[in-house]
Amino acid sequence: MENNSVTTKSVTFKVFRFNSDTDYLPYYKEYKMDVTSEEVILDVMDRIKWDHDGSFSYRRSCRHGICGACAVQVNGKATLACKMNAHELTNIFGDELVLEPQSTKRSIKDMIIDKSDFWEKHNAVHPYLISHIDEHPEMECAVSPHESENLMEADLCIQCGACHYACPVVELNEDFFGPAAFVKAYRFEADVRDDAHHERLEELGQAGQGVWDCVKCFECAEACPKEINPIEKITKLHNMLFQDGNIRNNGVAERHAVGFAHSIKKHGLLDEGELVRYSEGNIGVLKHVPVALKMFKKGKIVLPWNMPKSDKLDEIQALIKSSSVSKY
Amino acid sequence: MGKLKYALFTGCTAKESTPEQLMSTYAVAEKLGIELIELSEASCCGASHLQDYDDFLSLVLNARNICYAESRGMTMVTICNTCQLNTAMTKHRLDNDEKLKARVNEKLAEVGLEYKGTSQITHFLYALIDDFGLDKISEMVVKPLSEFNIAPFYGCHNIRPSELQNESHKTKENPYNPTSLDDLIIACGGENVDYDEKNKCCGFHAELQAPKTAALLTGKALQGAMDGNADFMVTPCPLCHLKLDTQYDHASHAMGRDVKMEVLHMQQMLGLALGCSVEELGLKHHVSEITFA
Ligand code: SF4
Ligand code: SF4
Ligand code: FES
Repeated sequence: MENNSVTTKSVTFKVFRFNSDTDYLPYYKEYKMDVTSEEVILDVMDRIKWDHDGSFSYRRSCRHGICGACAVQVNGKATLACKMNAHELTNIFGDELVLEPQSTKRSIKDMIIDKSDFWEKHNAVHPYLISHIDEHPEMECAVSPHESENLMEADLCIQCGACHYACPVVELNEDFFGPAAFVKAYRFEADVRDDAHHERLEELGQAGQGVWDCVKCFECAEACPKEINPIEKITKLHNMLFQDGNIRNNGVAERHAVGFAHSIKKHGLLDEGELVRYSEGNIGVLKHVPVALKMFKKGKIVLPWNMPKSDKLDEIQALIKSSSVSKY
Repeated sequence: MGKLKYALFTGCTAKESTPEQLMSTYAVAEKLGIELIELSEASCCGASHLQDYDDFLSLVLNARNICYAESRGMTMVTICNTCQLNTAMTKHRLDNDEKLKARVNEKLAEVGLEYKGTSQITHFLYALIDDFGLDKISEMVVKPLSEFNIAPFYGCHNIRPSELQNESHKTKENPYNPTSLDDLIIACGGENVDYDEKNKCCGFHAELQAPKTAALLTGKALQGAMDGNADFMVTPCPLCHLKLDTQYDHASHAMGRDVKMEVLHMQQMLGLALGCSVEELGLKHHVSEITFA
């Protein structure tokens, strides 16, 4: 490669600084630097430390995108510092970049955060193979290529925490396992050798901590530097919950998902009011009455006898009959 | 440019709890000379929940909806972010997996249909920008919204996953710094408000399952727009609209602070700038009443 393709840009970095031992509040410090098109964010952090302030602190180890230590955020975007080209970021955000730890409220020193909640959630899903292994097997315990494909690369997770700290529910609900823990749980739920599928699923289906509390924002899919797509695994876990014949929590969340099938069968379209009633039950639905009344006054509620229907409803009904995989 | 013509997938919400969205879609299309043919055969897209229960059924139903755009030889236009996500995701999965497509087509054949993959699927916001053009829109503005600070609220499923957004639209949005809705506000003569929550989640999809989380997300969005000194918010998604327009009590309770905002559908904002009447745009159907128009 010719060297003349390397370009240089002047970039202002606004860097989050905080030392929990000495500082009362965090602050942002500006560093203006010339950055080449070959430099990644970790190079920038190194230069801040080496050239400007030796006390600047961050984690890094492998420099190859496999240890997950160097994850930070740039302008709110989850970033693996050793992989992310600095010019690429200026193309998105312009020439002023804000460098922050994955979670500012968890900062111990600058980019270094207390990641204990991440590891607690990780441990909570029993992130290991639970198997009653025959100590004297007569045959190998083989996993076919097809069976290993079912892991959908969930085993490639480097536990960087990018998805976890990008997830808005992790921020708002301290019980929520979070996308990384779900990926890990799926990795073992999808493993044919594991014997604890049912037990793990039961925990994953609990309101508050489990998959039902995901708001489907896709922040995790966007954040993951390994393209693991956590929400895809979350959907798989939802499917598994319905397929495990022994789990019938019959909670609001389960009925809410099933309610769509009922409604589509009847109208082709979703009957919004009926979905809320079916999900919440006849008593639970009462808490929605005040908002429903306000909506009714504004012509926002369709009464049952006026429910619109799709044309060719018979086709939809035939397809529901022939294509349904799940039974509830 | 010939007359633009699309197959309109209305989704369920526009026919039930946000009638003003459907009205204003048609009003704006008429002003711009865009022809919309409603896909009256379409079913619900499953709203990202049906697939949790039965992923294959969700694929089959969404593929069926696309078939009706294909048989009309048209691009499908959606007016709901979640309809866009579910439909475009179905297309993506079928177009990239011959086996899956064959399995789905086997079912569709029973009712005489076949999914081919010939129709594009685009959200109305991007159809306006990609096909009609913002320049042309601003030329047609008769009542510029120059006195308003307007807070764009993008809604998750139009911008994430970005891979899907990028493959479905000419305007390639970056989910960490989206611009389409800001650009539309500017084209209408308004002042766009920048605030942290503009590309964040409103919480709609967990409203029943996780009411507290959902209320906090709504509250943070409303608060961000209020503190950004917005006169009103605007969104391309009827689900975000429902959440922001009707759930201010729960949101205020969760936040410990009164949060409430007037919220327009993007069609209503555009309609106002194009000179549509308040009646045509259904402005009386809002729970957080519209006081400025
Ligand atoms: S999709 Fe679900 S798990 Fe992923 S970031 Fe959003 S709320 Fe969290
Ligand atoms: S799923 Fe991706 S983002 Fe989440 S911890 Fe693993 S590698 Fe990091
Ligand atoms: S230093 Fe190991 S992933 Fe970046």
